[in-house]
Amino acid sequence: MQPNETDIEESKGFDPNSTSGTFIVAVVLCLVCAVAVSLAAVGLRDLQDRNAKNKMMRNVLIAAGIWDDTKHTDADIPTLFENIDTRLWNLPAEGKPDGSFNTELSLDSYNQEDAASTPAGSIEIAADADVAGIKRREKVSRVYFVKDDAGKVTSIILPIKGKGLWSTLYGFLAVDATTRESRGITFYKHGETPGLGGEVDNPKWKQKWRGGDSSLQLRGEDGKVSLDVVKPGNASTASQIDGLSGATITSNGVENTIHYWLGPDAFGPFLDEFASGKLDVASADNPAAAKESETPEGESSPAAEGDSAGDGNSAS
Amino acid sequence: MSSQKAKDVLFDPVFKNNPIALQILGICSALAVTTRFDKAFVMAVSVTVVTAFSSMFVSIIRNYIPTSIRIIVEMTIISTLVILVDQFLKAFVPAIADQLSVFVGLIITNCIVMGRAEGFALKNSPGLSFLDGIGNGLGYSVILLTLGLVREIFGSGSLSLPVFGTLTVLPLTSDGGFYVRNGLMLTPPSAFFLIGLFIWGLRTVYPNQVEKD
Repeated sequence: MQPNETDIEESKGFDPNSTSGTFIVAVVLCLVCAVAVSLAAVGLRDLQDRNAKNKMMRNVLIAAGIWDDTKHTDADIPTLFENIDTRLWNLPAEGKPDGSFNTELSLDSYNQEDAASTPAGSIEIAADADVAGIKRREKVSRVYFVKDDAGKVTSIILPIKGKGLWSTLYGFLAVDATTRESRGITFYKHGETPGLGGEVDNPKWKQKWRGGDSSLQLRGEDGKVSLDVVKPGNASTASQIDGLSGATITSNGVENTIHYWLGPDAFGPFLDEFASGKLDVASADNPAAAKESETPEGESSPAAEGDSAGDGNSAS
Repeated sequence: MSSQKAKDVLFDPVFKNNPIALQILGICSALAVTTRFDKAFVMAVSVTVVTAFSSMFVSIIRNYIPTSIRIIVEMTIISTLVILVDQFLKAFVPAIADQLSVFVGLIITNCIVMGRAEGFALKNSPGLSFLDGIGNGLGYSVILLTLGLVREIFGSGSLSLPVFGTLTVLPLTSDGGFYVRNGLMLTPPSAFFLIGLFIWGLRTVYPNQVEKD
């Protein structure tokens, strides 16, 4: 606000209530305020970006059940991530219904959130297939393989998003690597009513998705998504889970979200392939896995370094 | 004399002329962000900072504000400060910034900030205006923190303190304790009831606040 004071010095004897005076004050004020806002936005961007990245990684860890709020801080994230392999997966596209590992994009620079909203990085979802109510989805998604100490994949973490009552819920779902059960869920961004739909964050509800006492079956033997979010207290079969009381629409939104993302248009084929053993990412001698693991470190393919626009061209 | 005035300006709004309890300004955010103590705390600090600085800046340029665009000028200053606060919260306390989400942005529409700029800063010196902003921020904070304290303890059985983390005050039956959570406390109407009780208490102590029929 310093410039304002100097303006005052300069403008002695000028009438702010004249037409020109009004314009001058308005213009100067806007400039000063715009500069202040821009400086803050630019100066704090690095910190904010790091926070955003940490938040994503933290939520992957939460979905995986590794994160403990009382013990871990952001500084532990790199250590905790040592047992997690991150890969990029081409979601089913026209003519390629199975999907495949993406070898062109760089894991470090790929911004999934941006890609999901650009025409080049995303596809439109047909209205009848769009059960999650998201209209568009990215062509390439991160997938996270959580391994035990022996290097065997125990669960897979998938980014999911879908419409609740007021807002789109963004989160991660952990799926068991061998059975078709849920291993955890978390939402990192949503605008549901606190105390009602906002209870998707409730630790006790999330605990049910961990599959502690009773397992929660996400997909049936036939590969179809079997998950059913029912009215609170009515869950009886292994595929059913109690919804949130007072939040039917949010509960249904969560169900639909999972139906879309585990279904044939998104991660269904990926999970099928993984279950059939064709995608054994755990063993290093698997050619597919070995090739993939070079991509993140390699960063040598300059063509792949490009943004999602490059991907869009190659896919279309 | 002037130091006495400064003291009055600073402390009067806390109880004697409380912006929420007497002027009934800024109620909306008092309902929305007081389900948890730490949220209420960060919101209270943010509003205090914004009110203090917006009053100060408005006061600095008060002789150069064209009357025809007075409100817009005040609004621009307030919005700028709110955006700055929002950016700082996102950079330094991301977890709480996430929880407060849109409510930080909505400080712009908090009647207390605008009310002080319009009602005090336009007629007083920058220093006094700054103190007035702090004082009204404190008055707002007293209510917010009280609501946050009561609503969280009785609604969730816990108390989330900034820096120190969350304490369990009343163990919930659902966690094996003895306390059955009071769901009403988590809903906005409970804030109205509590503000009502607060006003009752205040007017018992300061009977001159009671309106005549």
